[in-house]
Amino acid sequence: MYFSLLGISGLCTIIIISVYFFTKPIIEDNLQQQLERAIFSILPGTVFKNAYIKINENTLEKVAKIKKPQTPIYAAYDLNHQLLGFAITAQGMGYQDNIQLLYAYDAKKQKITGMTVLQSRETPGLGSKIIDDKGFLDNFTQLDVQLNADNKQLKQIIEVVKPGKKTEAWQIDGISGATVSSKAVGQIIQKSISYWAPIIQINIKQISNEQ
Amino acid sequence: MNEENLWSIFINACLVNNFVLAYFLGICPFMGVSGKFSTALRMGLAVSCVMLVASVCSYGIQQVLVFLDAPYLQLISTIIVIASTVQLIEMLIKKYNQALYRTLGIFLPLITTNCAILGLAIFQANREYQFTQSVFFALGAGAGFTLALILMAGIREKLRFATIPEISQGTAVNLIIAGILSLGFMGFAGLGG
Amino acid sequence: MSSDNHVIPIIEETDSHSEEFLKGLWKSNPVFVQVLGMCPVLAVSNSVINALAMGLATLFVLLMSNVLVSSLRFVIPRQIRIACYIAIIATFVTSVDYIIQAISLELHQALGAFISLIVVNCLILGRAEAFASKQTVSKSFMDGLGMGLGFTLALVCLGTVRELLGNGSLFGTSVLPEQFEPWVIMLLPSGGFFTLGVMLIFINMLQKKKTEPS
Repeated sequence: MYFSLLGISGLCTIIIISVYFFTKPIIEDNLQQQLERAIFSILPGTVFKNAYIKINENTLEKVAKIKKPQTPIYAAYDLNHQLLGFAITAQGMGYQDNIQLLYAYDAKKQKITGMTVLQSRETPGLGSKIIDDKGFLDNFTQLDVQLNADNKQLKQIIEVVKPGKKTEAWQIDGISGATVSSKAVGQIIQKSISYWAPIIQINIKQISNEQ
Repeated sequence: MNEENLWSIFINACLVNNFVLAYFLGICPFMGVSGKFSTALRMGLAVSCVMLVASVCSYGIQQVLVFLDAPYLQLISTIIVIASTVQLIEMLIKKYNQALYRTLGIFLPLITTNCAILGLAIFQANREYQFTQSVFFALGAGAGFTLALILMAGIREKLRFATIPEISQGTAVNLIIAGILSLGFMGFAGLGG
Repeated sequence: MSSDNHVIPIIEETDSHSEEFLKGLWKSNPVFVQVLGMCPVLAVSNSVINALAMGLATLFVLLMSNVLVSSLRFVIPRQIRIACYIAIIATFVTSVDYIIQAISLELHQALGAFISLIVVNCLILGRAEAFASKQTVSKSFMDGLGMGLGFTLALVCLGTVRELLGNGSLFGTSVLPEQFEPWVIMLLPSGGFFTLGVMLIFINMLQKKKTEPS
């Protein structure tokens, strides 16, 4: 009895492993393409990109291959190797499930200049508006994320306000009917940029001069 | 690394994203067992216990698989481990605590291949919860499942005294009740913060 | 179940292969008649594409597992047969998960965890236990094909109603006129419950008309 159990487990494992290794390169290719499309949508004109990971409190290191637990940020350059901006992925819990998004950070102006949702399973017709509602996405074209004097923290916390009530550059107009989802997006970006902005500012000279 | 706080994980799993009414997990036992209040309560408790066990097992499996870099074995190992663990627990309960067995035991085999249990394990892995987060997630999910079940049972018991057109008796009307309950639970949106 | 006035007998033994195939489509349609495997049905049927993809994925798993279980039916020991079936089904579910990722990342992200949940679909385990373990490979194949297509058909029906009423579209493209105010509830879980319930009522009506003396 145990012999046949072993045999069946062996057969199953072989099938799984074959399918996995057969599809792995295709899937990785798909993921790369999806990422590139997303980066291009928020930082148009991107020709080259370099991935950076956080080594310690003050250092970003360029990496060629990304190993699973690390989440890299991307420096995007145009045809003349001029730094266009940073593309940073961030994720967090939305209303229904995890939301994964990519936003563009302009280190010189200290502003967020674009945002695109990579993955979300929010309520269709309501929360899903965070994906394509033009008014909502416009919030992220000039979002002020200045650091304060010691360059360690954001000067102002990003705030999601009721639709139409936006008065300051660090506020985001929420979507009516999708409060939870829009607030979630705000929080996700807030956490992420607080984490990355200080260390990017420290390394900005070196990254701008990279090829 | 998931940064959600424990309280919001619990509330989300229990009310806002109730496993049965929002994610449609665990419908088979939901429809089948929610006829009587007492059975519903017992089933809910049994499922909650299994969820807790499954959550811990699943966390362990995730750590092992990450270590071995074999993500493709997640599904098959999770389901086998959970099924065997529950089988083991059932045998232990049967041996050492007859009363508990009579209360819960009959449902245990039914639950092991329940979508809710596996769904719990998969969500937990996808959202990369830490250990305490996973436990709270399981507690919330179990509480939510039990809640939905007893609400449904309460309604169905009352419904026995109402006249329902013959064509909609049985599963059809239960589904519609579930739909209304689901709508009601949507009112909890935003509670988890 | 409290009041099941119409327990449709599930016809197991039929002679011709085509009958095996057809019974899965209507007489013993897994969703509408046997009310099996409902979990994925309701969750991912809020658009036609999702419903179709989910149905086809289930069909694939059902087909492959029926065939494998049937070919191994003299080898699988009786005491641990359920565990073996589950292992086999899980294998094919994992495979279809990776295949969908390779075909379309967007589709995979939309369906999410529900692809993996095909493994606990009572339908597949039920067919393995009740049919594939006792019948020849070719008959099991036809049974899997029929049940799988019946399942897909039911899912697509649900998906069509929900997407049409909930979004005014089919396959993502707008079909209904601009003035139509979509019933968002259809896209929500409640809509799923309601739609399936109403469909069951409809089918019961049809069954009743058939069995009533004319």
